[in-house]
Amino acid sequence: MPGGPIHQSAFGSEADLSRCVHCGLCLQHCPTYLETGLETESPRGRLHLIRALSEGRIDLAGNTMGHLDMCLQCRNCEAVCPSGVPYGRIMEHARAAVIESRRAPVPWRLRSLFLREVIARPGRLRALAAALRFYRRSGLRALAESIPLLRDRALLAPSIAGRPFTGTGVLARPKGEPVARVALLTGCIMPLAYGRVHRATVRVLAANGCEVIAPVDQSCCGALQAHNGDRQTAQALARRNIDAFLEDGCDFVVVNSAGCGAAMKEYGELLSQDAVYSERARVLAARVKDIHEFLLELPFRPPTGRLEASVTFQDPCHLAHAQRIREAPRRILQSIPGVQFVEMEHADRCCGSAGVYSFTQPQMSLQLLQRRIDEVRASGAAVVATANPGCMAQIEAGLRRNRLPVRVGHVIELLDAAYRAEHR
Amino acid sequence: MTAAKRLIRELQSALGRRWVLHAPEDLLVYEYDATIDRALPQAVVLPESAQQVAQAVRIARRYGLPVTARGAGTGLSGGALACEGGVVIVMTRMNRVIKIDAENQLAVVEPGVINLDISKAAAPYGLYYAPDPSSQKACTIGGNIAENAGGPHCLRYGTTTNHVLALEIVTADGEIAEISATQAGYDLTGVLVGSEGTLAIVTKATLRLLHKPEATITLLAIFDRVSEASETVSAIISAGILPAALEMIDKNTMDAVEEFAHCGYPPDAGAVLLIEVEGLSEEAEEQANEVRSICEKFGVRELRTGTDPAERERLWAGRKSALGALGRKAPSYYILDGVVPRTKLPSVLAEVYQACDRFGFAVANVFHAGDGNLHPNVLFDERVPGATARVLELGEEIMRLCVEAGGSISGEHGVGFEKRSYMSWIFSEDDLEVMARLKAAFGAGDGFNPGKVFPTSKGCGEVSSHMRAAIAKAGPGAYV
Repeated sequence: MPGGPIHQSAFGSEADLSRCVHCGLCLQHCPTYLETGLETESPRGRLHLIRALSEGRIDLAGNTMGHLDMCLQCRNCEAVCPSGVPYGRIMEHARAAVIESRRAPVPWRLRSLFLREVIARPGRLRALAAALRFYRRSGLRALAESIPLLRDRALLAPSIAGRPFTGTGVLARPKGEPVARVALLTGCIMPLAYGRVHRATVRVLAANGCEVIAPVDQSCCGALQAHNGDRQTAQALARRNIDAFLEDGCDFVVVNSAGCGAAMKEYGELLSQDAVYSERARVLAARVKDIHEFLLELPFRPPTGRLEASVTFQDPCHLAHAQRIREAPRRILQSIPGVQFVEMEHADRCCGSAGVYSFTQPQMSLQLLQRRIDEVRASGAAVVATANPGCMAQIEAGLRRNRLPVRVGHVIELLDAAYRAEHR
Repeated sequence: MTAAKRLIRELQSALGRRWVLHAPEDLLVYEYDATIDRALPQAVVLPESAQQVAQAVRIARRYGLPVTARGAGTGLSGGALACEGGVVIVMTRMNRVIKIDAENQLAVVEPGVINLDISKAAAPYGLYYAPDPSSQKACTIGGNIAENAGGPHCLRYGTTTNHVLALEIVTADGEIAEISATQAGYDLTGVLVGSEGTLAIVTKATLRLLHKPEATITLLAIFDRVSEASETVSAIISAGILPAALEMIDKNTMDAVEEFAHCGYPPDAGAVLLIEVEGLSEEAEEQANEVRSICEKFGVRELRTGTDPAERERLWAGRKSALGALGRKAPSYYILDGVVPRTKLPSVLAEVYQACDRFGFAVANVFHAGDGNLHPNVLFDERVPGATARVLELGEEIMRLCVEAGGSISGEHGVGFEKRSYMSWIFSEDDLEVMARLKAAFGAGDGFNPGKVFPTSKGCGEVSSHMRAAIAKAGPGAYV
């Protein structure tokens, strides 16, 4: 094998891999398998390839890496696996083994570099956001999207609009004794692309009697880096967050981005081999709450303000499949007076955003997006609610592409709007 | 150009480059199904029409290569494995429900359609497709037809063969033909269903749909001991009640399932029965009451009832995910599929537990108790040297128990590769000779799915040496 052998066991622990008894019950839940009908693009097939790599039966020549790369890491398979195969963990380890082998293809390396040196660095990320903001405002985006050759690539660049969120320290303090003291993960993309969602989150938490803080030393959660095989960077980011959030002594860390919440709940696992941090990682992970589950565990105050709209919900994969939270966001939407809640078909199937997937696999991403938009259209909803910045950006792009007059919002934004309507 | 390259070239020009797979990593994922066996094909093709299937068959035959059809690869007898290599035809792209004819209660579908999707498509008309293998969310109708698949509800409605009205097939010459069960003359669909891909390849099927019953009641009965549960089964049947389904789940299975499906099975229970009755409302209610009183007579500890679809689905959840959940108990399981007369169920079941004890393997039993169809799942670790061979030996012994009790070697999973050496236990040489002549009449020779059904000396994949040993033990009469 050129480039030196890969430490085979690095591709995943035997105990994890041997849990798969190839029953095939994952197949009909895998978006890429459903699109292609190919076993190589299915969870069972990828697990078999990873196992073959770990046993040295095949090497990274050929298109094995391509098959691993086609995986969205939506973890839908994991949620339906009767045998409990920890698919997400296996795929992260396998991608890490590829990157560490120094045989990773150039795009994998560039992606890794970008996630480490731009996404995880607030200053550089702000500069990128400024460029994207200019790109949208200047009309360059409209131009790019009107050129057929560029259109689909240009389309999936995140839309940076509105005021960024820059708050730190104490963000809200209720009049009486707070019911809980919560820290908000501000994250990397959300404050730049959807600052309004953070502002809504702070108001909603305050309306439910919480004191809200945002520790100043927190960082990006490390999810994207871990998913793409850069566990070292993910671990470094996790350690920073553990220090920042435990320092502040909050009761809970509340997260409004599904991908970040899932990753932070798994910090214990990410740092299980870390002599200094493993225990603290578990402590912090136990305090992490998705905003929707958190609100419903409080004495949640249903809004009395009205919002007249038919609303459907797109389950973010890492909310439904990784965190297994499905009911909470729906219950919140249904608590809003005036909201007509409609389920769309396959609401818990990936929209194709999947972190940086829309850039690395634009064709598959667009195919999945088109299905999602068709299902939105069929539902007749005027608003798509979801709970993750990636999903929001992706669905917005799909609606633009289809010229469909449907709006996209975070569940918490809709709840916030209902609370605000109380004062009108 | 080598023959192998020419083959790929020809297949590509017939099906398009994208749908002909030949790279090592692409072939590797078609070496398995849901069994423990492995066999690598030389090429995999994914046709989109009967014409393309026919072309692929003609090309493979010209190169002297066998052809094996494959659906979702969820089979439990090795039926979709290319035991002798050759070309695998994967039907996942031929997955259209062509027509639901509500007035005539039938569906016309392509072979790659998922079993449950047929019922979904028929639901708006108040109709459904009755055979419901436990993998019905994933398995394809083509595979169901090949293996004559069963399922919990086949107790009342019969297996796949009772629901197939007509087939479009590709023959060994690469001709497309249509056969029908409703025309005069020989019932060729009856021959084709369950022929395990050895006679022809199905490219279209016309299926019977049934009206949904007015009322369905699901009962979940928890017993302290397996013996009480199995005696309840016998008593229900001898009372003249024919439930739609009558399933048993033993303790080991419950333990595995509980972790995944959270069914609320008590940790110290010995067995659970799932009993479903259906019909007109009064009729179903009356039957449910009769079943309840029989359960009570045999010391049932707890009875749960589900009448609406959500409640019923919850009661069924443990049963439907049982097989996959066994992966939580051990890295591998070997699933057996034997049939015994219902009256012998309690004694054979006891003997199965004893045999597994003697071999030192844990066993999880989850099966169609109502029709005496046993599914002992032997739990083991294939990485332990010699374990696979021991498990196969144990499997053989369990099969012998079934046959000696007056039963058979397959209820619904098919003979496939795994059990072909046991064929001689239940069929005489003359019987097998007649079957061989029937096969010869279809002209496929060993061109379609070789190494299945009939006992032969050729092995399949990694476990071939163990199987060879098993066949050798079965004696010279095992060979045709």
